[in-house]
Amino acid sequence: MIPKNVMSEPSWYESSARARIEGLLDSGSFEEILPPQSRVMSPHLALFDLPPAFDDGMIVGRGQIDGCPVAVAAQEGQFMGGTFAEVSGAKLVGLLRGVAHSAGTRQGVGAVLLLLDTGGVRLQEANAGEMAVSETIRAIIDVRRAGVPVIALIGGRAGAFGGGGLVTACCSHVVISEQGRISVSGPEVIETNKGVEEFDSRDRALVWRVTGGRSRVLLGGADSYVKGDVGSFRKAAAQARNSTPSFSLETLEREQERLTERLKLYGSCHDTPEIWRIAGLPEPEGIADMTEDDFMSLLAKEGLHHDAR
Amino acid sequence: MTDWTKQKQERARRLEAAAPFVSGKVVEPGNVTALLKSVICSEDRVCLEGDNQKQADFLAECLTQVDPADVHDLHIVQSGLVLSEHLDLFRLGIARKLDFSYSGPQSAAIARALDQGKIELGAIHTYIELFARYFVDLTPNVSLIAAVSADRNGNLYTGPNTEDTPTIVEATAYKNGIVIAQVNKIVDEVPRTDIPGDQVDFVVEAPRPFYVEPLFTRDPGAVTETQILMAMIALKGIYAEYRPRRLNHGIGFATAAIELLLPTYGEQLGLRGEVATHWALNPHPTLIPAIESGWVQQIHCFGSEVGMDRYMSARPDVYFIGHDGTLRSNRLLCQNAGLYACDMFIGSTLQIDLAGNSSTVTPDRIAGFGGAPNMGSDAHGRRHISDAWLKAGREAAGSDGPLVRGRKLVVQMVETFGEGMKPAFVEELDSIALARKLGMPLAPVMIFGDDVTHIVTEEGIANLLLCRDADEVEQAIRGVAGYTPVGLARDRAKVEELRARGVIRRPEDLGIDLLQADRNLLAARSVRDLVTWSDGLYAPPSKFRNW
Amino acid sequence: MEKFTIQAQAKEPLGGERSEAVTGVVASGNLEILFERNKDSLVVTVEVMTASHGYKPVWDAVIRDFVERVSPGGMHISIHDNGARPDTVLLRLMQGARLMEAQS
Repeated sequence: MIPKNVMSEPSWYESSARARIEGLLDSGSFEEILPPQSRVMSPHLALFDLPPAFDDGMIVGRGQIDGCPVAVAAQEGQFMGGTFAEVSGAKLVGLLRGVAHSAGTRQGVGAVLLLLDTGGVRLQEANAGEMAVSETIRAIIDVRRAGVPVIALIGGRAGAFGGGGLVTACCSHVVISEQGRISVSGPEVIETNKGVEEFDSRDRALVWRVTGGRSRVLLGGADSYVKGDVGSFRKAAAQARNSTPSFSLETLEREQERLTERLKLYGSCHDTPEIWRIAGLPEPEGIADMTEDDFMSLLAKEGLHHDAR
Repeated sequence: MTDWTKQKQERARRLEAAAPFVSGKVVEPGNVTALLKSVICSEDRVCLEGDNQKQADFLAECLTQVDPADVHDLHIVQSGLVLSEHLDLFRLGIARKLDFSYSGPQSAAIARALDQGKIELGAIHTYIELFARYFVDLTPNVSLIAAVSADRNGNLYTGPNTEDTPTIVEATAYKNGIVIAQVNKIVDEVPRTDIPGDQVDFVVEAPRPFYVEPLFTRDPGAVTETQILMAMIALKGIYAEYRPRRLNHGIGFATAAIELLLPTYGEQLGLRGEVATHWALNPHPTLIPAIESGWVQQIHCFGSEVGMDRYMSARPDVYFIGHDGTLRSNRLLCQNAGLYACDMFIGSTLQIDLAGNSSTVTPDRIAGFGGAPNMGSDAHGRRHISDAWLKAGREAAGSDGPLVRGRKLVVQMVETFGEGMKPAFVEELDSIALARKLGMPLAPVMIFGDDVTHIVTEEGIANLLLCRDADEVEQAIRGVAGYTPVGLARDRAKVEELRARGVIRRPEDLGIDLLQADRNLLAARSVRDLVTWSDGLYAPPSKFRNW
Repeated sequence: MEKFTIQAQAKEPLGGERSEAVTGVVASGNLEILFERNKDSLVVTVEVMTASHGYKPVWDAVIRDFVERVSPGGMHISIHDNGARPDTVLLRLMQGARLMEAQS
């Protein structure tokens, strides 16, 4: 009577960053670094008469999935749009550097999970935020070079925009749900700069057709597609940990090749159904409205099977 | 000798004046303004079909192009005044007098125009009230209406959004008026005849489909824990107590939350099949889970809703569907159904005073009434009984005698604070200040306190049926007004006494734990979930998507 | 930003073993509450930082009701508020107290 896929588990999209971590890790295994009670908060927001958050919207720490140690960072997309800022950035960079430093030792972890949920850089702390993004990218590269995969989990309200889009692209593996979005320039930014004819940010179907989870995974901008419940993210994170390509020159060259090919094939398209038509997908206009199960079987049949990243 | 055929002759004269601009009944879009000028005379009563949802927007635009020197001082008589073109008619001097029901997006513009003397206001009506006056003293001389398609004989298919059209046409066509329809398409054969061609004088294929506003879609993603708590309170404290089977829901988030809790919390309370089986209701997407779970036997609709057409066509056992397979709505008949055939109306409001009067008027807006006052009033002409109706009547009368009149349950749901921390409970309604400012003899009140039976807030239920005097009503209302100034000024002892008598029931009195109010209780937490429930049949407008 | 501290005396200490708990998020119309334990097991201290100015009397009333309903003796409660309405504040306070009452 009640469709199971509707009345299911807690939804990733709806959950707070803390609830996501709770659902992702083995129960009780999370050890937070700089937790709320340590009150390491933004020193800048008060200047703008804005209330701070005890964790500056970035929760970092270590825990376990199926008994294996992992490091976790989760952005709270509802606080200041999940933005990269001085404190939140430093917490993330510090976590990543710690992972790189301890790789291969007894304190080492098997993977880093980045629960990104962000509109990009926090405007009130823009310089610090921009620096945080580049330091994060640098730190991710170091972690990957140290042999630890970095897995992005995207399915929150804010998506992964601006610097969040760049950070996502640097990860070893990207897991996304239907609601998830990845892009650098957000819809409003494109509309403001290029006009509504170029991109109507209020046309939400268009926004998701271009930046949303289904399009990203079909194009290879994400590697795993999951239903939007917390349990599915947990399962995908646990699997991805063991199946990321090695971070080598060869991998990067293959990625470059794949992207060049993609640009050649689809570079002149204006909307994703045009791409799906060229790619020979059945019912190019109907991809967005398929049921989750139908989409996942389409993906299994037609999706990109690349080993680059 | 008295001439008894003046209206008939006038109609013939106008049709003749129209002849150069038409071919049979068909008018080219470019000729519409000239046609309007030839068939509309100054001071005519004109209905420019503006319903709750569907708008004859092309004809409205054409009417604003008429030279005010030729046509002026029109008396606009229509239920919805929601397009900027409707207001332009008054600004340009084409129209002067106005009788209407609902203004929605133009509520601020109407208030300004009234203040500047651009509009001479007849009255703000409820829907049935205005429709009733179409047949008494506000009969239109010319009606400009909207339909989905027409054939060359003027037969109209209005589609799922039939809404006001049959009523408008009935009043106009049978009193020698002129009816002009804009349609999305002129076809060889209409899928079904909603309006027979002999009641329609002219049809024009508009350059774009008529505008329809999605008014009844509430995103489950925006339902708050407070609204869920209120929905739980209503289900346990009112639905389970009175067992109303026939009802109408308003369009707010609180009632949307109730709809989404029926298959979950309502199921836990064992209410399926016992309550809410028959509805006078617009096609609320949030009711889909309850329909799919077998709660609902039948729904009659005032209008349609964007995106719901395919779903309703696939559920003809539930909805009223034509032989062509699409919904037939009818605002007049559904309003009447809500007034006489429903045991309960439950809806949201913006402001309530200490006597239980409620209003959606804010200082600079006149939103009108729409249908809520009809839904939310006790029909004194009702004679058939139901358990819910009798129980409410007995509570009001305080006796079991053979001549206790029943009462319709009229439930107002309101969060104690509205947007921007504006208290919903007030000593004086804003509408009274507005009426003073505009010199209106009657302040707009959505539902009068003596019709209200219950007020539900996150603080609990105030049962006004059990109040024995005005002072008790006041304290019962203060008792559920929370931390608003009105609530903080309550007489604590009196409120506790009312609580002991069951006049006020708090969540804990009903056995509801605040912490149960969780979004996981919702049968659907997103519009996407509603699509899944509907088996992919519901196609929401783009603005409600996040996929 | 308006800041103030409200103190109250509870009848009983709040049970449970958690040393701290957080509820809510600093989103528009919402608030974040951090519960910690005081030394004195009957005093309730609430530090409020709020973006909405001029509502101290309402905070007083909400916290008085919360203390009456839950008796959260020994709680040090810190709040970052972004314009939450009183019912949301009370709900989050109750949620936080429930978390603190959990064993371990």
